[in-house]
Amino acid sequence: MKDSKALKKDFPIFATKSVKKDGKELIYLDSASTTQKPESVITAITDYYKTSNANIHRGIYTLSEKATIQYEDVRKKTATFINAGTPEEIIFTRNTTEAINLLAYTFGEKHIKQDDEIIVSELEHHSNLVPWQEVVKRKKAKLKVIPIKSDYTPDMDEYHKILSPKTKLVAITSMSNVFGTKTPLKEIIEAAHKKNALVLVDGAQSAAHQKTDVQALNCDFFTMSSHKMLGPTGVGILYGKKELLADLPPFMFGGDMIKSVSQYDSEYADPPVKFEAGTPNIGGIMGFGAALDYINKIGFKTIEENDKKLFEYAVKKLSEIEGINLLIPPADKAGPVISFTLKDIHPHDIAAVLDQDNICIRAGHHCAQPLMEKLGIPATARISFHIYNTPEDIDKTCDSLKKAIKIFE
Amino acid sequence: MDIYTEIILDYYKNPRNEGPLPDATTCAKEDNPLCGDKIRINLKIEKDKKTGKEKISKATFCGKGCAISQASASMLTEKLIGKTPKEIEKITDEDIKKMLNIPISPAREKCAILCLHAAKKALTERGSAKKSAPCPGCKKETASGRPKRI
Ligand SMILES: Cc1ncc(COP(=O)(O)O)c(C=O)c1O
Ligand SMILES: [Zn+2]
Repeated sequence: MKDSKALKKDFPIFATKSVKKDGKELIYLDSASTTQKPESVITAITDYYKTSNANIHRGIYTLSEKATIQYEDVRKKTATFINAGTPEEIIFTRNTTEAINLLAYTFGEKHIKQDDEIIVSELEHHSNLVPWQEVVKRKKAKLKVIPIKSDYTPDMDEYHKILSPKTKLVAITSMSNVFGTKTPLKEIIEAAHKKNALVLVDGAQSAAHQKTDVQALNCDFFTMSSHKMLGPTGVGILYGKKELLADLPPFMFGGDMIKSVSQYDSEYADPPVKFEAGTPNIGGIMGFGAALDYINKIGFKTIEENDKKLFEYAVKKLSEIEGINLLIPPADKAGPVISFTLKDIHPHDIAAVLDQDNICIRAGHHCAQPLMEKLGIPATARISFHIYNTPEDIDKTCDSLKKAIKIFE
Repeated sequence: MDIYTEIILDYYKNPRNEGPLPDATTCAKEDNPLCGDKIRINLKIEKDKKTGKEKISKATFCGKGCAISQASASMLTEKLIGKTPKEIEKITDEDIKKMLNIPISPAREKCAILCLHAAKKALTERGSAKKSAPCPGCKKETASGRPKRI
């Protein structure tokens, strides 16, 4: 099996001259935000535009048929990737945020009533919080929040306490984008189902790092973003159990999502087409298909081993730096994400110093402002990695962090 | 080019005019939700005995945040003292960037100009109902530091 040093060669950005800074190679440690793309993904997109560009589901001519087949192939591939029951359970959106909004507007509109409760956790990205805040406002329902414990994992005792017959939906991340915490999905889902509540798993962070099996999990909905999975921007996925999707009203109206239209009324298509109004991001979806192929080729075993190896190495190396404070869960629950603070240096200043060494890290509230408030800090610095990151990246980052200490002491 | 020049670091580490201003006549706060920078500018405006014109006789800042935001606020307070409110209104975002004399990326622009916006707000809101209470004397907070124990 190729190691990460060899795999890095699959990602053309690292060999691009203009990306170097004063001769320094790009060190990219912001994959939780968006990943880099392998050559095969970039080629798949250009190939589509060069060899099969036509609108889908419309043309009678060969070119359109070819595009339609390729597009539907990616749907099948996606279904296999997360082990959905059928491809019809896969809806293409723009990103995770749109997928969650789709649910909030359809499921929320139809099934949330006054005094119902929706449960989220303190770990949620704004994407899996704000849409539900809006639903409960519109419906005079209630939002309940699973707090986190001092080890940055969700407080499951509290979860079981707030779960009640009033709970209609539990919307939970599979992996925190701030702490990398993997959440106990099986326990969460089983308990929710016992109370007849449905569960939406926000899989944006985990989808490209661990195998997803929506049937084994038995989650009702699952979301992910292509751009965090080595694929292009502009493509997201909403998975939903077939019978649940069939029961939901459409989200957007217009072309492609209809069975038949008369002047004053229309009949809507079946899922997934019902939820895919208008011309989708066909080129992007072709790229996403190539990203899935790439992940399948490397295999989750290799990805997880590299994540684990790098996590352990990074924790060891970073811990040697004086005045650093790592915000990480216990190792068995940790993903490829490490948030930290360094002395009293503002995370923006840390990131700016690292940028001078061409090292990309994230600094900010990571779209988790309530969480930052709870921690009593405005922001953290965060490194996150994927298959192209190596121990040398961590070494260089540590050197650069020591530079930051020198500058600001 | 280096953004953490000696001058910037000096103002950050040894801020001039930092702290509450008990006899302030107006003050205002601005924050940058992106990185949590917070700046309060406190101003004492007095009539000049000779000319009879209003002038800033004292200016301080309180706040927390990144080095750029804090250094910029400290430098600005020095610039404000002795100026008339009209003169302050004419200071532009560009002037602040010139004052700092470092390359400011679009992502850090807000950090740099936060203080100017707070100063202008302090002027426009003085005497109005919206006016924030005169400097409550914010305590010095750290930029980041250790997260609280949950
Ligand atoms: C956990 C989590 N959920 C949702 C999102 C939103 O993803 P997107 O911006 O692709 O909609 C992110 C992105 O950072 C995330 O980390
Ligand atoms: Zn700032």
